[in-house]
Amino acid sequence: MDTNNTLINLKNLSYKYPGGKTVLDQIDFKFSKGDRIGLVAPNGSGKTTLFHVIMGLLKPSGGTIEIFGKERQKEKDFVDIRHRIGLLFQDADDQLFSPTVIEDVAFGPLNLGKSKEEALDISRHTLDYLGLKDFENRITFKLSGGEKRLVSLATILAMQPEILLLDEPTNALDRSMKSRLISILQGLDLSYILISHEFNVLSETTQAFYSMEDGKIFRDDSVHVHTHEHSHKIGKQPHKHA
Amino acid sequence: MISEAFASGKSILHAIDPRIKVVLATIFSFVVALSSSFVILLSGFATAMVLVMVARLDVKEVLKRLAILWGFVVLIWILVPLTYPGTTLIRIGPLGFSSPGILIAAQISLKSTAILLSLMALLATMPIATMGHALGCLGIPDKLVYLLLITYRYVFVMEQEYQRLIRAMKIRGFKPGTNLHSYQSYAYLVGMLFVHASVRADRVSKAMKCRGFTGRFHSLWQFEPDPRNQIFAVIMSLIIILMATVELWIQTIHS
Repeated sequence: MDTNNTLINLKNLSYKYPGGKTVLDQIDFKFSKGDRIGLVAPNGSGKTTLFHVIMGLLKPSGGTIEIFGKERQKEKDFVDIRHRIGLLFQDADDQLFSPTVIEDVAFGPLNLGKSKEEALDISRHTLDYLGLKDFENRITFKLSGGEKRLVSLATILAMQPEILLLDEPTNALDRSMKSRLISILQGLDLSYILISHEFNVLSETTQAFYSMEDGKIFRDDSVHVHTHEHSHKIGKQPHKHA
Repeated sequence: MISEAFASGKSILHAIDPRIKVVLATIFSFVVALSSSFVILLSGFATAMVLVMVARLDVKEVLKRLAILWGFVVLIWILVPLTYPGTTLIRIGPLGFSSPGILIAAQISLKSTAILLSLMALLATMPIATMGHALGCLGIPDKLVYLLLITYRYVFVMEQEYQRLIRAMKIRGFKPGTNLHSYQSYAYLVGMLFVHASVRADRVSKAMKCRGFTGRFHSLWQFEPDPRNQIFAVIMSLIIILMATVELWIQTIHS
């Protein structure tokens, strides 16, 4: 077994809601270094739950979680891995809680015990990298939806993680913001799992597709050649699709 | 919702260390509130006016805020002289306005206007985020400071959620009236806001945990030293001390 390359290894993992509905049903899932996985599944199929279980935010009802070669059970085990795995929440308002952008981005590094100067340095560098140079003193709740998304990504990247778990990062973004985010993801030297409903986003940013159904997760490699009808203006003229 | 109309500006008062402004505004308000002689109240009012001018606040915005206060003050002018015992100064039909009552109403008007003006000049000239950090530096417990900051951050999100729910009600023809259906709908609305707030709080706390939060906040804040801080602190302190001394002196003479 190449334990060195396996970052996340879920065995027989189950999760049940307190009410009793099983969301994850004895899942086996391996995630290795360099993997860029797209997760496509209908709403309510347990994608977000899976992310939260990996982060130790939800306690599984059965099975084992191995992350970075060690079994993780207690809260303390997860505290050690949280800064190495960055989870981007679906709603940026959940992630950005500080009044100003720089404070929010520096929150993670400061929690990791960095000094003020180091934290500021890392934060500025990260904002710079994402093209958010002048955002430092902007007020978080006054940002636009797309800006909020990029700043949340900055708050996570500032922790210098090895893995990203991205929960619908392109959701509700306009086209230019979307392509900006895609090119950022393409440029990152990180392993990640990306939840999305948008196939064009997935095909540009991930190598493998997984799907979830009835509490199970499975690889979905079959590329189906298909045609579909659609309408648009001046469609009668000969034209090409990107 | 919270517009922070005065928070950004280029006046000297905007540049003064927020900690100094918080401390001076607090002491000034206490001195004015506890004084009763008109000399001191008038000088407090004058000081506050000067502060507002130095801060170069937008007059229209200042008046808008004062108007809200004066709404209450008008009520006091009607109620206190009517109910306060003492010699009657003016009599309109069966209604008698007592002269001590009028004096008290005048005192209250001066005090509240002076305090509000000084708070606008001293406290409103910093963003709430800065005020939070200043309070933290002054030894206010972290928990209270972050309660303030996080409330401020999420008040806007809650307002959006409120607007969303109101819209959902309106598009289905909801018209508020004095009937049980309206009351019940509003109760549901408030209930839903609480539910949303608690679910939101849970997600925010999870997000914070994911970024290594273990219960201790670290502040990035630091204030630049500036000689104007000391000058301002000394001048304001002198004014306040002078006001307090004269007030005490007047009170001992009268007693």
